[in-house]
Amino acid sequence: MALLEVKDLKKYFKVGSRFLHAVDGVSFKLEEGKTLGVVGESGCGKSTLGRTILHLLEPTSGQIFFEGKDITKPDKPTLKKLHEDMQFIFQDPYASLDPRRSVSESISEPLRLQGKMSKSEILEETRRLMDTVGLASRFENSYPHELDGGRRQRIGIARALALKPKFIVCDEPVSALDVSIQAHIINLLLDLQEQQKLAYMFVTHDLSVVKYISNDILVMYLGTMVEKASADELFANPMHPYTQALLSAIPEPDIHVKTKRIIMQGEITSPIDPKPGCRFMARCQYASEECAQPQTLEEVSPDHFVACCKCRALKEKKAETVE
Amino acid sequence: MDEVILDIKDLVVEYHTDEAVIHAANGVNLSVRKGETIGLVGETGAGKTTIARSILRILQTPPAKLCGGEIYFKGQDLLKLSEKEMRAIRGNQIAMIFQDPMTSLNPVETVGFQIAETVRIHNKCSQAEAEKRACDMLEMVGISSDRFNEYPHQFSGGMKQRVVIAIALACNPELLLADEPTTALDVTIQAQVLEMIQTLKERLGTSVVLITHDLGVVAGFCESVAVVYAGDIIEYGSVEDIYDHTAHPYTVGLFGSLPRLNSKERRLKPINGLMPDPSNLPEGCPFAERCPVASERCTKEKPEATELSPGHFVKCFHAKGGQ
Repeated sequence: MALLEVKDLKKYFKVGSRFLHAVDGVSFKLEEGKTLGVVGESGCGKSTLGRTILHLLEPTSGQIFFEGKDITKPDKPTLKKLHEDMQFIFQDPYASLDPRRSVSESISEPLRLQGKMSKSEILEETRRLMDTVGLASRFENSYPHELDGGRRQRIGIARALALKPKFIVCDEPVSALDVSIQAHIINLLLDLQEQQKLAYMFVTHDLSVVKYISNDILVMYLGTMVEKASADELFANPMHPYTQALLSAIPEPDIHVKTKRIIMQGEITSPIDPKPGCRFMARCQYASEECAQPQTLEEVSPDHFVACCKCRALKEKKAETVE
Repeated sequence: MDEVILDIKDLVVEYHTDEAVIHAANGVNLSVRKGETIGLVGETGAGKTTIARSILRILQTPPAKLCGGEIYFKGQDLLKLSEKEMRAIRGNQIAMIFQDPMTSLNPVETVGFQIAETVRIHNKCSQAEAEKRACDMLEMVGISSDRFNEYPHQFSGGMKQRVVIAIALACNPELLLADEPTTALDVTIQAQVLEMIQTLKERLGTSVVLITHDLGVVAGFCESVAVVYAGDIIEYGSVEDIYDHTAHPYTVGLFGSLPRLNSKERRLKPINGLMPDPSNLPEGCPFAERCPVASERCTKEKPEATELSPGHFVKCFHAKGGQ
């Protein structure tokens, strides 16, 4: 049984009399101890997806199952329990911590709110959490402004771990950090996953990070899923024209790899009341009339889903040119 | 090609605050040839931006203080020019693209006005001629000149950065300083913007100093690389030297921190520790404390630049031709 299952999830925001389709029909399953990477450009709805699953935003329609139970519309006690099991690591470690709270106050807050532990137990647990995330105990009484970005992000991670969750949404947890610090945080997240069998939903726009950390990857474009596959399959065999362009745009830190860049024309279009057809159509080099029809997610090879009416034709064409 | 357009010699910049003196640039030597693209890479706070801003003399003084060194631009020392002479060069012969396009444009003037302003100030021409030039620049960066009278908020992030580039290139500068021009942008837009700078550079023969922390961008875009650490260039060479014959342990560490698309390893190999406090730099090699191969000598003596192969300089006692 999957730990988390999301079925046809939608989240629309009302903008005047119109609707902004932030998340439009996303479905996936996530097993215990696995990582789902969610990638896409800014404004594609990837953060909204994470927030909606955690009930920081209420879904417009669709269903969310956690450990087999429908949690789409939880009552208050269920929601409180859910927030113990599902946690969030925020993007900006500079903005997500209270500047007037010391490190130990910030980390122990979830434990205090939960109200199951005595003061001394909380203190002990806070020290254990700091140790788990690699924060030296001398920082216990420091304030966020005294620490660098990497250490602040470790506080964010310790807070998220405090209630022993099973599932964590990591929303761009390393994009505000320098590469050398980023590497430490990624290693920490991987260690924690192994020790505690955590499931991650890793939201990012950094494709090399996502390939590194994920089992499965979901590519989003303007609120819709355009492709979903295992990380290796997606990078070896991208099918959707958007995924292909996105992957080709990654700058490789290797001077011998010369990738042919597919430079996309134009930019992401408005997600307010979009037309029913393929949302990538305006920027797609293969677009034709049939793309104006609604696209369905097709399984082109086992566990590889693509929402593009042309992907089969394109695949055949590609095979021909290789021959 | 071999004509040196910019030559920085022993540049020393300090920031004087009430509490401490911050050593932001400590004897930087760098030269840029005509038509060359050089990448300045390093972590946050390494001093990359300070170097670029010293060239244009736009450091805020105080707290910044240029304590020594010379910056020769086409044979004349920029640091000895009067403010009036400097203003004739700034934006005209040397232009700069700033990191954040959202904050580097004036929100209450139209984009067309902002481009034409640069032209009008530096060339003796009429308003109409300046506007004509501004329209041409807009078209050159791929924005329709119909949008001349629109304001920055009507453009998306990538478009705003194009406008900033149009302003920077409006007077055909001989040297372009690009300070993280794509860091705030998505990969697909980054690819568009870099491709555009590349094309324009080839057409106009501009030399470019590209400041970035992304080694992928450097690999695809630069001819030479200078690695900046704690206010000093610790390794300098062609991209082949730096990527294939990495010599300095810090540069090796930077590469180890990157998640590679084709790597199978489950853990990254980051650099331990943090950059030394620039207000309290160690006596010896600034990297000694974090360096895996540091010896006693490294903590006592500061390594001088040695030339490993023609044009490949490194400041390390332990570098031997690289691997």
